[in-house]
Amino acid sequence: MKQVNALVLRAAGINCDYETQYALELAGANAQRMHINELIKKPEILESMQILVFPGGFSYGDDIAAGKILANQVQHHLGDIVRKFIDDGKLVLGICNGFQVLVKTGILPGLAGADNKTQTVTITNNDSAKFDDRWVYLQPSSSSKCVFINKDQRIYLPMAHGEGKVVTKTPEILESIKSNGHIALRYVDENGNTGDFPINPNGSMESIAGLTDSTGRVLGLMPHPERFVRKTQHPRWTRLGGEISVDGMIIFNNAVKYVEENL
Amino acid sequence: MKHWRFEVYDREGFTDVHGKAVLDDIRELGIDEVTAVSSTRVFMIDGDIDEAFAQRIAQELLSDTVCQECFIGRMPVPESQQKATIIEVHLKSGVTDPVSGSVMTAISDMGKDVEQVRTARKFVIYGDITEQQRDLITRRVLANDCIEDVIYGVDSEPPSPHLGDYKLELKKLELINLSKDQLVELSKSMDLFLDEKEMLAIQDYFKSINREPTDVELETLAQTWSEHCVHKTLKSSIDLDFNGEKITFKNLLKETVFGSTQELNKDWCISVFEDNAGVIEFDESDAICFKVETHNHPSALDPYGGASTGIGGVVRDPMGTGLGAKPIANSDVFCFGMPDMKLADVPKGVLHPRRVMKGVVAGVRDYGNRMGIPTVNGAIYFDDRYTANPLVFCGTVGMLPNDKCFKHGKPGDLVVVVGGRTGRDGIHGATFSSGSMTHEHEDIFSHAVQIGNAIVEKKVLDTLIQARDRDLFTSLTDCGAGGLSSAVGEMGEKLGVKVDLEKVPLKYSGLSYTEIWISEAQERMVISVEPDKIDEVLALFSSEDVEAVVIGEFTDDKKLTLSYDGTQVGQLDMEFLHDGIPKYSRQAKWHTPNLVEPDMQEKNDYVLDLKKILSSYNVASKEWVIRQYDHEVQGNSVIKPLCGVTNDAPSDAAVVMPKFDSDKGVAISCGMNPLYGDIDPYWMALSGIDEAIRNIVCVGGNSKRIALLDNFCWGNCSKPEILGALVRASQACKDGALAFSAPFISGKDSLNNEFIMDDGTEVNIPSTLLISAISIVDDVNKCLTMDFKAAANNICVVGITSNELGGSHYYQVNGHKGANVPKVDLELAAKIAEKISGAIEKGLVASAHDCSEGGLAVALAEMAFAGDLGVDVDLSKLIRSEKCTRADIALFSESNSRYVLEIAPDKFAEFEDFMQPLPVSYIGKVTQDKKLVVDDGRGNKVLNSDLDSLKDAWQKPLAW
Repeated sequence: MKQVNALVLRAAGINCDYETQYALELAGANAQRMHINELIKKPEILESMQILVFPGGFSYGDDIAAGKILANQVQHHLGDIVRKFIDDGKLVLGICNGFQVLVKTGILPGLAGADNKTQTVTITNNDSAKFDDRWVYLQPSSSSKCVFINKDQRIYLPMAHGEGKVVTKTPEILESIKSNGHIALRYVDENGNTGDFPINPNGSMESIAGLTDSTGRVLGLMPHPERFVRKTQHPRWTRLGGEISVDGMIIFNNAVKYVEENL
Repeated sequence: MKHWRFEVYDREGFTDVHGKAVLDDIRELGIDEVTAVSSTRVFMIDGDIDEAFAQRIAQELLSDTVCQECFIGRMPVPESQQKATIIEVHLKSGVTDPVSGSVMTAISDMGKDVEQVRTARKFVIYGDITEQQRDLITRRVLANDCIEDVIYGVDSEPPSPHLGDYKLELKKLELINLSKDQLVELSKSMDLFLDEKEMLAIQDYFKSINREPTDVELETLAQTWSEHCVHKTLKSSIDLDFNGEKITFKNLLKETVFGSTQELNKDWCISVFEDNAGVIEFDESDAICFKVETHNHPSALDPYGGASTGIGGVVRDPMGTGLGAKPIANSDVFCFGMPDMKLADVPKGVLHPRRVMKGVVAGVRDYGNRMGIPTVNGAIYFDDRYTANPLVFCGTVGMLPNDKCFKHGKPGDLVVVVGGRTGRDGIHGATFSSGSMTHEHEDIFSHAVQIGNAIVEKKVLDTLIQARDRDLFTSLTDCGAGGLSSAVGEMGEKLGVKVDLEKVPLKYSGLSYTEIWISEAQERMVISVEPDKIDEVLALFSSEDVEAVVIGEFTDDKKLTLSYDGTQVGQLDMEFLHDGIPKYSRQAKWHTPNLVEPDMQEKNDYVLDLKKILSSYNVASKEWVIRQYDHEVQGNSVIKPLCGVTNDAPSDAAVVMPKFDSDKGVAISCGMNPLYGDIDPYWMALSGIDEAIRNIVCVGGNSKRIALLDNFCWGNCSKPEILGALVRASQACKDGALAFSAPFISGKDSLNNEFIMDDGTEVNIPSTLLISAISIVDDVNKCLTMDFKAAANNICVVGITSNELGGSHYYQVNGHKGANVPKVDLELAAKIAEKISGAIEKGLVASAHDCSEGGLAVALAEMAFAGDLGVDVDLSKLIRSEKCTRADIALFSESNSRYVLEIAPDKFAEFEDFMQPLPVSYIGKVTQDKKLVVDDGRGNKVLNSDLDSLKDAWQKPLAW
């Protein structure tokens, strides 16, 4: 079996790096945690990697806005090499704070033909104006070509954020990400229907929970797949007995499988 | 250098959520004139930057161009039909601004370095408000006098925090020839909180070494001898008058709480009452440690800052235990005044309980979430007497390798301070928290309030663990109360230490050597490093942008020596510093009050009482709080704080699984019953222990591996009755620990929680003992939740129900206190806990719930709506004591050591057999129809209610 190498990028305030590394390892990857200062010093490390993950946390305290300062740092020190990483056909995953970083660098939604260095979409304060930890159902969008998800499989994951509301600069951009398959995941109820709070927990436009770029090889999502890789992490595992699918693993397994088959 | 001002606000079409939240709070104050509020963030940047670069900062960094605009300069007053009032809130000079550092880093990422960044918040209030209303809004909603300055209108800028350079000015004090009165006066004028006896001991010391002290020497003694740091009350000798009988303790703590731990002498206790947290065995390679602290006084003045530094402080306790533990879970317990208190009734100098609660929750949320530590357990209690003295208990559980549980610092090691810089914040925190509060505290002790910066602490944690794993230091401790003075003084206690104070990195210039030494600035740790490892240490911290600086050296002269720029500014003998504090003897008295049981009318239907209890603030759902905490970060949660069919029912305790590759877990719970303390502090304490243990047992914790923590928050202990209650509670701790074979491993006290109102009235908090419990779970796959699982399962109650409604919620919602406080049959209680733990281990139990506040009725209701399944039970089958004759007693008595269990039919025979010979009542069954039905055994349904209305009653009160 081919060796799949994944890099979990740390920075001041990132706090989901261990469990993200563990989830990648469970999926069969060789995963490594690395501080951004080290990667800036030795950017060539990325050449041996096939998956780059921006994990969750509060990078730099989310001062100014969630993910903003880390995005600024990535933009000025790693922007070109991350874009090359994507152009080389490799995978990038941003979870929660990592999703915020990907959006705030312009890497997502990564519309075809755009320069993708300026922001067209952002992730801002929840409508409730509060941090919120709850489990949500997510429906993959049928038009999405995102390689991380199973198109027909609704999944259940925990989320925990205060700034998760996805908004676009203009209605045209929203239309464009919608019609070009950039919406990877939507918040729905257990039957797959969209709705208001708490089904859409933060007021995101179009109930967007996750976005992919034009290649389908970049995924950013607010919920935390790395927090559901074992059955005892399900909030109702004591009721459900054996019948629990650990949905978080779908995303990591698909990533590893994609690398094995395509890179 | 140029001064640039940036104002960032939401673009039209995007909701200004902060403005909206402020508007809601203003409406809550009853000011209806305000029609809208807009909020703006202000950044003030000093540096050599030009217009073009300023534009880049505005567009690329400070504003989110998708949904925000940024105005460079000062926005003119918006044109409006209505009156617009501009209020700008700035941090006071010297108060930490966490955003500042991040913005400076970000600007340097963009290619330029700037001198200084400060931030502020600006609000435009629309509506015709009076000046008085404006001031009320400012005071109650927007700003806190303690840490913030307010500017009305549009012109002035806040002063710079820099104070000019400091020139050494050695301060000698005259002490040797002072009279007793003058000594007391000196202590008062310097805010030392040292009493006459202590001042005399200090005077004797300086007489013996034949010189006058410097200011820093007196300050060091005051910090080290503060109640906060040495627990002089608990360690003093006490004569107790217990209902006329005299009982003498030479050292209360040693003879009660700590004494029981020694007597139990468990081999799985690794380190108890000696380090920053108590340490117990986890598995072959790792140990678990647990510490709970209080941060009450600061939280009263600045709820947000006080609570966030409270959590920041307790997180540093495990970090500073052994050679450093990684935090794996937080537990937070709060006590507040009633949230619906009328504004007019709030005493002068005190914040409204609702504001305190919102601030405390936000502070714990922002700090705990940023640290990446799941907040998995907690409780909130409400009582009027907490209005001026809210209690904030913060606890952290950590994990550390078995071979890193002890420190081994030695002479020659370097003293290295790691993390945050030192500023003028938190001066006199330790001494201030040791005294009573008055309505003037807000003004006098504002400098004792600190602001946290979680990311600095997170960076320290990330690097410290790496340094630990590379064996780069020999000892460490956290800088908490008393600052460097306590931390360095403690590490050098058995050795001796020299510190060069000018080497301590400062946030801004102008601090005197004494301020540097006693500042309680947050996020600092002190480590001791062998000289040949210092380069590697400094390189490691610097690689992740953490400041680490050598400030001195450990010696073997058993002296504390302080210098500034080469001049010695203080020297004390370690022996006097740590052991010179005079021993006290105190008088305590407890006479059991003569209370009577109320005369309650017997009824046929108690649904209304049940709903009232479910809706009482103490019992009501805390979901609003719980969801604001990240309880799943680190991916270790097994039993979360919320459970049940719709993930919103109350779990008894939390279970986390700290290692990805092991099914071993840790269960964490708490128990606390301040209402019982008014009747009898002894039974209150035992009830707390029994409750904490019940909670652990209910989720599947091992009953034979439970360790306990005590946190005493008491009123003014110079009053014999209040101290008497403390002594009685301590005795109960000993009896409880021995009976359950559950040792206390750590504890903390916060005494003198008394508030003196402007008219001189003294308000003491209820005697409040928080018992926290921690246990090992051998296999997390066997854990349980409290929600009913399936119809037709059997419901049983283990334990005996007695006529014990004293201090109950049933009496409280009906306006009574009563006399029959719940007691604990120690022998039976321990047997029950052990048996149920065994039954759960064997997989015989489908759900388990602790029967506590609100009694059996509340436990059944909670289990039913949690599982969305009904209940049909018959009270005549309940095993009760002789005096428990009436239905309301059976329903609402809060008798201890009772558990409600759900047993599936196929396990029933084995369970029944296994539980012999303990008192188990098989009272009925889980049903499919969503109703709670309780029959009194004579065909009368004393409870008959649909579940939705019960759940609604429980959820509504705190669904903010």
